[in-house]
Amino acid sequence: MSTIADYERAPTVAGEGAHPALAEKLGRVWEAKPGIAGWLSTVDHKDIGIRYIITAFAFLIAGGVEALIFRLQLAGPNLHLLTPEQYDQLFTVHGMTMIFLYAGPVLSGFSNYLWPLLLGARDMALPRLNALSYWIYLCAGIFLYAAFAFGFGPNVGWFNYVPLAARAYNNGPNIDFYSLGMIILGISTTVGAINFIVTFLRLRAPGMSINRVPILVWGTLTASAANIFAIPAVSLAFFLLWMDRNLGTHFFDVPTGGSALLWQHLFWMFGHPWVYAIVLPAMGMVSDGLPVFCRRPLVGYTVVALATVATMVLGFGVWVHHMFATGLPSVSLSFFSAASLIIAVPSAVGVFAWIATIWTGRPILTTAFLFFASFIVLFTIGGVSGYMTGSVPVDLQLTDTYFIVAHIHYVLIGINVFPVVGATYFWFPKFTGKMMDERLGRWNFWTMFIGFNLGFFPMHISGLLGMPRRVYTFADGMGWDWLNFITTLGSFVFAAGVLLFIINVMVSYRRGRTAGDNPWDAPTLEWATTSPPPPYNFVVIPTVASRHPLWEGRLGKSDSQERSTVSTGLVLDHGRETVGTTPLDAQPNIILKMPKDSYAPVILALTLTAIFTGLVLHLWWLAIAGALASGLDIIGWLWPEVALGETREPANG
Amino acid sequence: MVDRIAIQGKLPVGAIDTRASGWWAMIFVIFTEASLFAYLLFSYFYLAVQPHLPGTFPEGGMPSLMLALPNTFILLLSSVAVGWAQFNIEHDDNRHLVAGLGIGAALGMVFLVLQYFEWAGKPFGLTSSSYSSLYFTVTGFHMAHVVVGVIILWSLFAWSLMGYFNRVRYAHIHIGALYWHFVDAVWLVVFFTFYITPLLGVTS
Amino acid sequence: MKTARIVSPFLCVVVPFAPAQARAPLNYLFGYGDKAYPVVGLTWGVLIVSVLVILVISLLVAGAIWRRPGVAAQAPGSVLPLGQPEGGLDWIWIGVGISSVVLLASVVWTMVVIADTNSPATKPALTIEVTGQRWWWAVRYLSDDPSRVFVTANEIHIPTGPPIQFRLIGGDVIHSFWVPALSGKTDLIPGQTNETWMEARTPGIYRGQCTEYCGIEHAHMGLVVVAQSPNDFRKWYLRELQSPAPTTDGQVAAGMLNFNAHCGSCHAVRGTDAAGVLGPDLSHLMNRTTIAAGELPNDPADLAHFISDPQGVKPGILMQKPELSTNEMADILAYLKTLN
Repeated sequence: MSTIADYERAPTVAGEGAHPALAEKLGRVWEAKPGIAGWLSTVDHKDIGIRYIITAFAFLIAGGVEALIFRLQLAGPNLHLLTPEQYDQLFTVHGMTMIFLYAGPVLSGFSNYLWPLLLGARDMALPRLNALSYWIYLCAGIFLYAAFAFGFGPNVGWFNYVPLAARAYNNGPNIDFYSLGMIILGISTTVGAINFIVTFLRLRAPGMSINRVPILVWGTLTASAANIFAIPAVSLAFFLLWMDRNLGTHFFDVPTGGSALLWQHLFWMFGHPWVYAIVLPAMGMVSDGLPVFCRRPLVGYTVVALATVATMVLGFGVWVHHMFATGLPSVSLSFFSAASLIIAVPSAVGVFAWIATIWTGRPILTTAFLFFASFIVLFTIGGVSGYMTGSVPVDLQLTDTYFIVAHIHYVLIGINVFPVVGATYFWFPKFTGKMMDERLGRWNFWTMFIGFNLGFFPMHISGLLGMPRRVYTFADGMGWDWLNFITTLGSFVFAAGVLLFIINVMVSYRRGRTAGDNPWDAPTLEWATTSPPPPYNFVVIPTVASRHPLWEGRLGKSDSQERSTVSTGLVLDHGRETVGTTPLDAQPNIILKMPKDSYAPVILALTLTAIFTGLVLHLWWLAIAGALASGLDIIGWLWPEVALGETREPANG
Repeated sequence: MVDRIAIQGKLPVGAIDTRASGWWAMIFVIFTEASLFAYLLFSYFYLAVQPHLPGTFPEGGMPSLMLALPNTFILLLSSVAVGWAQFNIEHDDNRHLVAGLGIGAALGMVFLVLQYFEWAGKPFGLTSSSYSSLYFTVTGFHMAHVVVGVIILWSLFAWSLMGYFNRVRYAHIHIGALYWHFVDAVWLVVFFTFYITPLLGVTS
Repeated sequence: MKTARIVSPFLCVVVPFAPAQARAPLNYLFGYGDKAYPVVGLTWGVLIVSVLVILVISLLVAGAIWRRPGVAAQAPGSVLPLGQPEGGLDWIWIGVGISSVVLLASVVWTMVVIADTNSPATKPALTIEVTGQRWWWAVRYLSDDPSRVFVTANEIHIPTGPPIQFRLIGGDVIHSFWVPALSGKTDLIPGQTNETWMEARTPGIYRGQCTEYCGIEHAHMGLVVVAQSPNDFRKWYLRELQSPAPTTDGQVAAGMLNFNAHCGSCHAVRGTDAAGVLGPDLSHLMNRTTIAAGELPNDPADLAHFISDPQGVKPGILMQKPELSTNEMADILAYLKTLN
């Protein structure tokens, strides 16, 4: 009878210079294949992360262009640049693009690239699943945009309320594409979330107890946990809608016992947690990046981590604040109003932690710092407009006006886009080995900052003056003319700023100054390896003794005596391997065998898309073929492998 | 410092018990699928409390337990069989592992057949009313999960027959069984919702 | 500097708009009735708190950045001194402490206003039923006396003084009923009837708007609430109940026949053969201040324009261009002019 002892091995511990051929051997083992084969089969989190980021930015630009077009229509009263149909598709696709195809995926991209490096691991816990999440995202984006490109994009708002979205009022394929495309996207986000959670629980470097992980990790972890519980609500809502529209069921149609409000509940039970999921990781990026430019660790790490989790948990209890005007009983309204106001408390924790970090630090005014610092002000503006809408009686005036449009853009652009741009300036050197241009960065920052505020601040005012949202034109004499003109102007200035950002990225990629391993003298593990990192991230697995391994011994009298070791650690070179550690204290308890590159993920993404393509076009044979092919792919993928240590044979050592 | 945090001796290698990444992944798959069913049942209860004409929710009177109750026991039995299979491989008994998996899978298929007959015997179709839409959709989602589970069990059956697993390395069994037990647990909640709550007063 | 950029547009634009009704008819920074007053107070309260918070945080951020001589970006890899000064956590405790007090006060004030505005203090004088249609408002004045029930569209008259009850019925898709000067929004949702109320302190014309995206002409689904002294309201009410007087004018009579034939399948005029319910009721059309659901002023040129080219004014609405000769159109207009 075999015992666990038959499957054990004592891994070597050594310094990275101890075996000169070690780096070269690891490179051969971890490198993706060259050319298109490698491109389709890689499971390297860094490749996947970059793809996510680039694809997300492409959608950001698409969504931005859509907005610029309808801002021209809204530059003045009673204009006729767009027909109402065109406007309706543009504003819907703009919302869908920004909220679903940009905001979540861009953060997945940064997290995907950074997590294993931050955690001291060789890859994410489930590398093939990681590749799958990207390919499905790409397929979902193409699926959704194909509809738009052919003139039947979703057209009744990103929130897609019934009965307008039902067959009776929307007979074309628009909403069917939207519904099924969102379900596909939901699969991507869900498997990505699972990957982050398992990675957090199992792949942290020895010694990285949970109170030592960077705040970005807390942010993405919290968002991922929330997505696990929230995404099924919206996927279900869209599936039930597809069924009502195509199979004649009666979930949402009222005369036969359905309910229009059921849609709103299911949608917002997802929708509210989702908006926290698309900002908490970005807030984490600021919490990790800002202290570097203040030359001190973040103030209040523990409360900030707890506040991150608290915000997300409370975020599940406020969804009704999107439905205050629907005629719910006032007991219910009171509860959700109170919850919506109280949720500002953990946000306040973050704001004061960041201010305190700058105030008690010694700030260095890099471009990244400017984006991170200005984010605090934009966060506050978005936060207080949210506070105002949290109060039911006030909300019943503010809701569905441009005040809400101002609020959502301050929180989305302020709390997602600005940190993401700052994070790019911060981590670009690590991704590429080159610095971004600081002078161009200044221009980039001020153009974006001025343009954004010029464009969106006036919306608070037009909202208070009663301008409704989702209107393709407005009458003159309502007091909104100048405000809309300034908004249009500002949005073009902001777009110019985004363009400068893209230019800076492209120019710096070619001609930026060499960055070196740690250009910012930053404290966390990703800066302990080369820029860009080798495919295996670390030659030896570090052991971690604090939150800021590279700053140990340099923080003065408050510094502890604990010391991390980065250049000495576990040598795991019997094929693709990393170490698995315990969930709380990160004590090593297994050597994990990691998968080789594989085509199974890209194939599965295509077969899954085939299922939904079959459904949307009513080609039932295609849907069934897709399902069968998907099943076969999954069985092949999961076939027990010797090299992965899944069978009775010992793996190669 | 390095010595204190570093390994005392040996570490196991590969996908072993709850240290396998796949096992943790399945836990969270279960959380998300459980949420899906929670939202399905939320939809049921939400629509149940909307105004309906008397006798339309549930439609066709109280749902009959004639097939559903035995079917519940069959599914429970299949979980017992799979649990027994797990017990066997933990004691290196591959033969009985295979037997347990086969019995579990077969019982799962019986469940599907009986449910098909129950569906065929209903006095309403998918598009009759909100109740009927809910009935077929919720039990349909569950059925889909059973189908996936049966495929998983037959795959495990085949792999066990090919001798892949032993008492240390059997992560696949562990993971697949977890999914099957989950599907069983979901049925209990779905069964309670559709067949028992109307008897407790959740009707039009 | 950063702060001024943020605050000054706000000040420049809001202050000259008070009294704002004339210049921004849909604003709600000023209220005109018992339901609005508590909400206006709370709105200004949270608005002032918000502005103060923005100012304070902006000053703190600016202060934090510039209180010491700034250090510019350094060459990659350069090592600048680190520190971990004490006292950082106090910022969080004080900031969160103050924020929590303000938030708690806001919760309490909110609860008070919810209680205050949930239902009227006295019994409503009148109940009006509104049904949301694409893209107009069907209005029915209810009464215990069936002979005093009547239907109109898009313009709602109420007496000043007592509260008025509204029953909001979802017709086709979800709409939202909003008259900012008098009350917050309430949705009209198919399958349910929502109740709200409002009260106007002084006579005036109060504009409203649909505020839930309801399809292609959502932008043009306005409404008007006309508050009148109780006497004036009574006169208006009695007039509404009347049928049009018989006419001896040949053109008007021809116009009525043409109207009933071409328009009567969708529109109704009380006391005549036109009884359509697909479109707005046009009884006493000349007494309304606007037409096309608040979109155009009610004058002969605009009326003629709208009838002859409804798709040009509101592309996508259900009313198609009527097939009328010039004479028929002139006759119909002459007839409509008599509906007062």
